Amino acid sequence: MEIPYTVEIRRDTGLTNGKIGIWLFLASEVMLFGALFASYILIRTGAPSWPRGDTILNVPLATFNTIVLITSSVTMVMAWASLMRNRFGTFRLYMGATILLGGVFLVVKYFEYSHKFHDHLFPSTNNFLAIYFTLTGLHMLHVLGGMVVNAYFWGPGAKLWKTNPEWFTNRVEHSGLFWHFVDLVWIFLFPTLYLL
Amino acid sequence: MQASTTTDHAAEIDKHVKVYISVFVALMVLTIVTVAISRYHLPVPIAITVALLVATIKGSLVACYFMHLISEKKLIYAVLVLTAAFFVALLFLPVLTVHDGFWIH
Repeated sequence: MEIPYTVEIRRDTGLTNGKIGIWLFLASEVMLFGALFASYILIRTGAPSWPRGDTILNVPLATFNTIVLITSSVTMVMAWASLMRNRFGTFRLYMGATILLGGVFLVVKYFEYSHKFHDHLFPSTNNFLAIYFTLTGLHMLHVLGGMVVNAYFWGPGAKLWKTNPEWFTNRVEHSGLFWHFVDLVWIFLFPTLYLL
Repeated sequence: MQASTTTDHAAEIDKHVKVYISVFVALMVLTIVTVAISRYHLPVPIAITVALLVATIKGSLVACYFMHLISEKKLIYAVLVLTAAFFVALLFLPVLTVHDGFWIH
């Protein structure tokens, strides 16, 4: 059975099913991260003292990672724009760069985590590290998930471009919406955990 | 006619690309601003306000331009307004609990 409204617009929603689907998913993601942010506020306001993030965490590395993730958001939107301009080769370049930048983000995070574990700083050490590892760990899983989906569209999933380019472009747009959301979450995580 | 439409479409996308580059530059500048401000070691309430204000501007740029929320359909806005209402309620719930005699005694 064919999936309905992948390209044509539904009259009642004014959208394709994929578009409304990804936005509903992102709404649930807002509540997931929102619950953790609320926990952070509750734990911090209830604590007799709270360390400044920069006394424990590596700000230069996190700043570098912020730049990496913002750059990956630009390459992602450029990948979609390339498809809109009918330039599949350019799409592959930008999408490849997005996946690579996601990989760089995870490698940097691996070094950050390793350094913490080496210094015997674990989630169980204190509340600050518990919330740091929970929020950044969940965010890392999102980066990994986004990379897997993007890699699929860069590789085997790109076959759809030959048979139904409009649908493929829509799918890349939806994957991009998720990737930008992951960037957006990091934009708030960075100052909250590292700088305050 | 078809050729003209294609040219218009390409020109439209080119315009979008210029906006993406401008937003990218703005995000980079704001990231530097965020880190620079944190070095002044402002009092915590001011530091939190400034950092979250800059983060909100950055987040809005990503949402409006990269996620195309600046020109989206009404249903998406409706979903997001509902989400924002629940999100704000979720964030303020802990704040309410810290005032003695208000919600939790």
